[in-house]
Amino acid sequence: METIYQLLHVTFANVPAWTVQVAAFLIPIAFIFGVYPAIFALTTLVERKALGRIQNRYGPNRVGIFGILQPLADGLKILLKEDIVPRVADKFTHFLAPVLIVVPGLLVYLVVPVAPGMVAVDLKIGVLFALAVGTMSVIALFMAGWASRNKFSLLGAVRAVAQVVSYEVPTVMAGVAVIMAAGTLSTLTIVERQGGGILNISNWYVFRPWGLVGFVLFVIGGLAESARCPFDLPEAESELIGGYHTEYSGFKFALFQMGEYLAGMAMAGVTVTLFLGGYMGPGSGPGLVGSLIAMLWFFSKLAGMIMLNIWIRGTWPRLRVDQLMGFAWKVLLPLALVNIVAVGFWHFLTPRPLAWVVTTGWLVIWFLVLTKCNASAILEKREYRYV
Amino acid sequence: MNYPGKGLVEGLAVTARNFVGSYFYKDRLTTVQYPEERIQTPENSRTFPFLVFDESPDKPRCTACKICEVECPPKCIYIVMDRDDKGKPLQRPKAFDIDISVCMQCQICVEVCPFESIKMDNDYEKSKYGRFNDLVQRLPDLLKSNDYYRQIKPVEAAEVDAKLKAEAEAKAAKKAAAVAAAAAKAAATPPAGSAT
Repeated sequence: METIYQLLHVTFANVPAWTVQVAAFLIPIAFIFGVYPAIFALTTLVERKALGRIQNRYGPNRVGIFGILQPLADGLKILLKEDIVPRVADKFTHFLAPVLIVVPGLLVYLVVPVAPGMVAVDLKIGVLFALAVGTMSVIALFMAGWASRNKFSLLGAVRAVAQVVSYEVPTVMAGVAVIMAAGTLSTLTIVERQGGGILNISNWYVFRPWGLVGFVLFVIGGLAESARCPFDLPEAESELIGGYHTEYSGFKFALFQMGEYLAGMAMAGVTVTLFLGGYMGPGSGPGLVGSLIAMLWFFSKLAGMIMLNIWIRGTWPRLRVDQLMGFAWKVLLPLALVNIVAVGFWHFLTPRPLAWVVTTGWLVIWFLVLTKCNASAILEKREYRYV
Repeated sequence: MNYPGKGLVEGLAVTARNFVGSYFYKDRLTTVQYPEERIQTPENSRTFPFLVFDESPDKPRCTACKICEVECPPKCIYIVMDRDDKGKPLQRPKAFDIDISVCMQCQICVEVCPFESIKMDNDYEKSKYGRFNDLVQRLPDLLKSNDYYRQIKPVEAAEVDAKLKAEAEAKAAKKAAAVAAAAAKAAATPPAGSAT
């Protein structure tokens, strides 16, 4: 915001200062409200098409060329649907939940930098803000489940709360590794620390042993927090009908979908910022052209993360509840803690090759130990009759 | 080689192969986009019966013998024989209705027909807007040429044609033989009273 403010201040020197102030507020807001919901709309289409291709189908291709107008048609359809509120529901909370669920998803984008200096608010506690606000959606989920007065809604909400709270811990711990390495909580500074090196690529944190582990942990945690496959137990259709949004219809249901997708994309954005070098890439830098290339890099990486989510959704089956909790507390959390120690090794050991060897060895040994310790939870291979 | 997470990685490889392959290999996509694309129906597929005519629609093979009407298990066939002014049967149907909402496509009418007149169609686009009269196929709807029959079921139609031809030839031969026999008999039989 400061960058935009300064830019506007220099460009429009003769207008009153307060207009510049207001404009500097409004531009990032308009950007976040315009770009990310547009990406959400596109994602729904791309997801359906990609899932179709994964299953050797065409996917939607009837509305407009290549089905490009499908999101519009879906939106129109869902607007025209009847909005049903159960008679015994807690009306106010029932109404408030879908409104609230969109908010955290959008708030996270405030601290996700898209180009050098281009972040809505350069908070000094950016990562903490993103992780804390991202989890806020669990309140809206529980409001929805509780207010609906439906056993399926409540079960789904309880599952959602248990899952999000459990997975928040390893996710934050994986983020701590990055914070330790970068020495700051500001997202903009974290991205700047990942610049330089070969083609602006080699310094991305994902190309460090601890960064790779952190990246995997963060992606898994992000999937679990946004309740996406394979962690979509809160809305497991076969068991819970629709989970916490069983009793929602029409536009409120659409808001739930939107909130979930926005939260998932926000987690993807934070992953890109923390591990994949944010807007860093060949050609990105200060200046207009550099900024545009940087923006292109950021959104390409975001699209890549979204595609990874879709790929995972099209492939892996859903976890069982007991597997879910065991996985979070017995595998991910110890690995995240071990990873923090690995960052310590990385920071203090010189020369660099020694640090590489020690951190990699440390992480591999602990990974094998954890796999061995959890061997009883790993199912043995089963032969099915009709393979 | 076995390693933790092997199944997950292999699964991802399978879906990635499907995703990329579906853009390069047309045979991976089994979807038939129906109104634009159609599958060639197999020759032995059948939907509802139709009536075959040889030269023109007013000369159907059907003689209105009503065997199919009697044999039809759900009784969906209704036939009225055509008669001339004096009430003499003309051996052709005046009305021939098949209610395709009742027809169960059993092909029994085809099996029992002695004149190779009623055959099974393979036209499956029979849906209509009305529930009652629209679903009753009248005589003009049912009459289709032998050429059409040859086109939809080439093998079966060839067999039927050969059989009909053989029958016609046998009939002609028999008739000729009868004529010849009558002539021979006439020739062999001496005029009355000539021998005695």
